[in-house]
Amino acid sequence: MVSSRTEEPAPSRGKAATLRLERWLTAVTASQLYRSVFRHGWADTARNRALEVTSNAFLHLHPVNLPRHAIRIRYTFCLGGLTFFLFLVETVTGVLLMFYYRPVPDYAYIDMKTLEHAVQFGATLRNLHRWGAHLMVVLVMLHMLRVFLTGSYRPPREFNWVLGVNLLVLTLLLSFTGYLLPWDQLAFWAVTVGTNMAAATPFVGAEGPFHGMLGVTARDDVRYLLLGDIQLGGNALLRFYVLHCVGLPLVAAVLMMVHFWRVRKDGGISRPL
Amino acid sequence: MSEAKDASDSITEEGLPPGDLVPVFPYLVFLEFLAALLISILLLVWALAVNAPLLPEANPGRTENPAKAPWYFVGLQELLVYFDPWIAGVTIPTLIILGLMAIPYLDTSRNAVGRYTFGARRLAIGHFLFGFALWWILIVVGQFLRGPNWHFFWPWREWVVSTGVERDLWSFPWWVGLPVLVGYFLGGALLARRRWPWLYASLGPGRYTAVVLLALTMYALPLKVLLRLVLGVKYVLETPWLNV
Repeated sequence: MVSSRTEEPAPSRGKAATLRLERWLTAVTASQLYRSVFRHGWADTARNRALEVTSNAFLHLHPVNLPRHAIRIRYTFCLGGLTFFLFLVETVTGVLLMFYYRPVPDYAYIDMKTLEHAVQFGATLRNLHRWGAHLMVVLVMLHMLRVFLTGSYRPPREFNWVLGVNLLVLTLLLSFTGYLLPWDQLAFWAVTVGTNMAAATPFVGAEGPFHGMLGVTARDDVRYLLLGDIQLGGNALLRFYVLHCVGLPLVAAVLMMVHFWRVRKDGGISRPL
Repeated sequence: MSEAKDASDSITEEGLPPGDLVPVFPYLVFLEFLAALLISILLLVWALAVNAPLLPEANPGRTENPAKAPWYFVGLQELLVYFDPWIAGVTIPTLIILGLMAIPYLDTSRNAVGRYTFGARRLAIGHFLFGFALWWILIVVGQFLRGPNWHFFWPWREWVVSTGVERDLWSFPWWVGLPVLVGYFLGGALLARRRWPWLYASLGPGRYTAVVLLALTMYALPLKVLLRLVLGVKYVLETPWLNV
């Protein structure tokens, strides 16, 4: 290190460079442009550390300080944050995939093939989206396990646990609606199996117990509502596509917003009492 | 933990937050960045190495055999072997979701929060882990051990499509099934009250009933599986309207 050579009378080349860098940094961070973007100083002070969190739209979700145990990896394993991160990955890769995909039986499968063979990094893009979805499902389940094992659902955090269960269900539904879109044999029959279950719903499914009481048939039961038809076809593909790309992500985004906000409002990250 | 302690100690002259707190910037933000980076690398390597499956184009005229639900629903599909669709596909998932949401309203203690506590919450954690494990075991069986016509295959066995002779199944007559079902839930509730008297005392009758009903329903799943596999029981209760 340059600084260890204390007996040197004139500043060494390294030290001079450091000084130049510092002057340059001072000039940049004092400029109007910089200060219009970052509402805090550059110097590493406690005040600036606080402002870095509170004056940043993305970081202000966090408190300024946290109990020391909360940042231990082995406390949260970052599971909730990583689930959210994967939601963002799915959003970005999903929007990119939308450029190459048309949710119509005549085109859907051809678009998949085109994506795989004719689009630069198309297969990788799809792989990222697909494997990311699986990873997100696993992570959200593990996050729930972590929250349970640390007793973090207990009062006053009851409602946030309820929101979390809803987000788990939404994650599964997001994954399930996406499963149909490739329009291959795997997608078609997996979703056939899944949606056939809806027909077994008591009272409102055409094959469920007590369906006769409401006079429900295959043309007006809950499965028909899902598929827009008596069997899986173009209507179902369009419904699943719209739900997958717009409806469910919007609901999930709103619930996530409340979920994160409530972490703060319900007393911050759970701590040992 | 130790590196965070060292690092935060070194800025004391800048004024550390009071108590046992650390500033979120940079300590937590740095960890979040690192975690996001690591998972991005993992996902990217995975995506470059393994292609997502793409079978031939959907053909409503050619049924896949076996036709499996996405893996996270395969556990429920596996239950179709043992239960009618309205139970396996509708009632059980509904109960799982409602039961999960009910947890904080049934376990209202404010103790043992914010740390991994096994000793203090043996009962709660035991039940939860049982359910969690059951969910994953059913998924593994359904995903990896089921072949054509949903017949059981060990992973090293080749899948052969055989119609196979179905095992003869029988059901309890209703005058046996009804007492068995009622006895299971009522007896279970009373036994649990004798075994864990503090549970009833701390929960009160309403919450205790809900807890016991949910827990006994959960344990009824593997019990029904056993009844089916060992004794060949199709339904515990058979009625003209629905079968359990």
